Amino acid sequence: MAHATDRLIVFENVSKFYGDVLGVNRINLTIGPGVTSLVGPNGSGKTTLMNLMTGLIWPTKGYCRVLGLTAHDPERFFRVVGYCTQFDSFAKGLTGREFIYDSLRLYGLNAQEATVRTNESLERVNMMDAADRKVAAYSKGMRQRVRLAQSISHHPKVLVLDEPLNGLDPMARAESMALFSALGKEGLHVVISSHILHEVDRISDQVILLNSGYVVAEGQIHGVRDEVKEHPMQIMVRCSNPGLLAAKLFAQDHIVEAKIHDDRKGLLARTRDADRFYSLLHQIVLEGELEIDAVAPADDDVNSVYRYLIGSEGATV
Amino acid sequence: MSAEGLAIPLQEKAAGYSWSLWQAQLLTILRLELKRNFFRLRGFWVYLLAFGPTIIIAAHALTSRGRCNLEQDTTILAGIFQVFYLRLGIFFGCMGIFTRLFRGEVIEKSLHYYFLAPVRREILVLGKFLAGVTAAILFFGAGVALSFIFMYGHIGQAGRQFVFNGPGLGHLGYYLLATALACIGYGALFLLMGIVFRNPIIPAVVILGWESIDNVLPALLKKFSIIFYLEPLCPVEVPVEGIGALFTVVADPVPVYIAIPGLLCISGLLLYYAARKIRSMEISYGTD
Repeated sequence: MAHATDRLIVFENVSKFYGDVLGVNRINLTIGPGVTSLVGPNGSGKTTLMNLMTGLIWPTKGYCRVLGLTAHDPERFFRVVGYCTQFDSFAKGLTGREFIYDSLRLYGLNAQEATVRTNESLERVNMMDAADRKVAAYSKGMRQRVRLAQSISHHPKVLVLDEPLNGLDPMARAESMALFSALGKEGLHVVISSHILHEVDRISDQVILLNSGYVVAEGQIHGVRDEVKEHPMQIMVRCSNPGLLAAKLFAQDHIVEAKIHDDRKGLLARTRDADRFYSLLHQIVLEGELEIDAVAPADDDVNSVYRYLIGSEGATV
Repeated sequence: MSAEGLAIPLQEKAAGYSWSLWQAQLLTILRLELKRNFFRLRGFWVYLLAFGPTIIIAAHALTSRGRCNLEQDTTILAGIFQVFYLRLGIFFGCMGIFTRLFRGEVIEKSLHYYFLAPVRREILVLGKFLAGVTAAILFFGAGVALSFIFMYGHIGQAGRQFVFNGPGLGHLGYYLLATALACIGYGALFLLMGIVFRNPIIPAVVILGWESIDNVLPALLKKFSIIFYLEPLCPVEVPVEGIGALFTVVADPVPVYIAIPGLLCISGLLLYYAARKIRSMEISYGTD
């Protein structure tokens, strides 16, 4: 009988110690379909979590299952899981095409099937032109893309990507992000770790913030942001009369600050209660006292949440 | 990511995994390992170990035409086989080939590709072992066979008589059998060393020492060396002379019908232990 957890990635009380050194501790997570980002500073346990998920390392305590399977049963497990690791290394002397083709033959595919899937995955990462060159002659970005192609070549249901944007130029980065987003929408579980927070933020359905081996926060990014009460929410409003708006805002007890923009065509408000702020704004608009051009939250992205919870600038571009 | 046009979806293949899948995976691993690791320039020193004596014997054949003694050359060939091939050439060749199979991939940070494939780790051990054995037997078998051909080829009529109408071909068969068993035995041992030890050189030196003092070990301890099971297969006895003869402990030779299965059993046990170890192995390149 199928369990509900057979469609999820489940970590149950997972700890991993490297001798006396903590990798991750008491991790309890469930990850559903869609794009999930693992965010945290270096050494926070992102790669450890991914390696535990895929059986490259084993938990000291607890267990993790991916769609009801564990890496102890590799024949079933690795047909549904693809992992693009951070290790930028390859067996010597291979071309990009051979690298993918050889790995597909280990799935028991015959030569024709393996060739079809090799071409398909190479096309998906735009590497057909360079497919017959030696991997040793590839740029870092090309190596990254060919590893990505290899990890998706067997049509996994779960795709684990450790820093997949490293070394990619802006064009390739945008293409990769679009690919991850599309795979997430197709119903795959896509688990990504990345330092490029503002890009990951755009496609993530869920984020998991890690620090020093512990899960600091998890969930949809806006929900996580709402939970960070000690940092008032920042909301940017572009309007015809920011002075009037500021005056009305200061009459509210949940408003901490309102800063008028230098061009006097908008303001940045900080509020402890975003719902009441939006209700007030709605009321002001209905009263017809000012015209609103744009309203946007200024700090409910991964970068801000990361900064508030982990305490340093996490984003790099 | 559509699987249209493909005969059998991968997940369905998984449901029916079986001997045929394992066989296909074994053949793939064998092919990949032979392509990636063997018959390449970086294995030059293994070729040297395998064919070094052949070159020397060929030079001897060219320079000593008409001045040969069949009995003496037979003893020289037996000495080269027992002292060089069995104790040094095959030992070091297998050390280089088999410790590299796993430890080399850890150093090159490429082992995780196998660990992330839908292949049982036991099949991976067996596939890599078979690739190593294939290469080692090819190199050293060819080296021994060519040495034999050069050694008896230049003697003339007496040589041909010895090979085709005497015990010559039988000797060659035993030399090749001993070579194959040595590759299997040392191969299994060094494959395990490559999994268990981060630096297999030190245990390899200890094993070399142990195998080298086999002659002077008490009869009971002799049984724990690979060379003990190989020596009875050698068709010509090489006399131990000088100070070595003083310390040599004479033990009853193992009958061939025990030596061969005995060595294969030991190799099987070593591989079984290697397979057990590999199941719990983790990828931690940073610490290796």
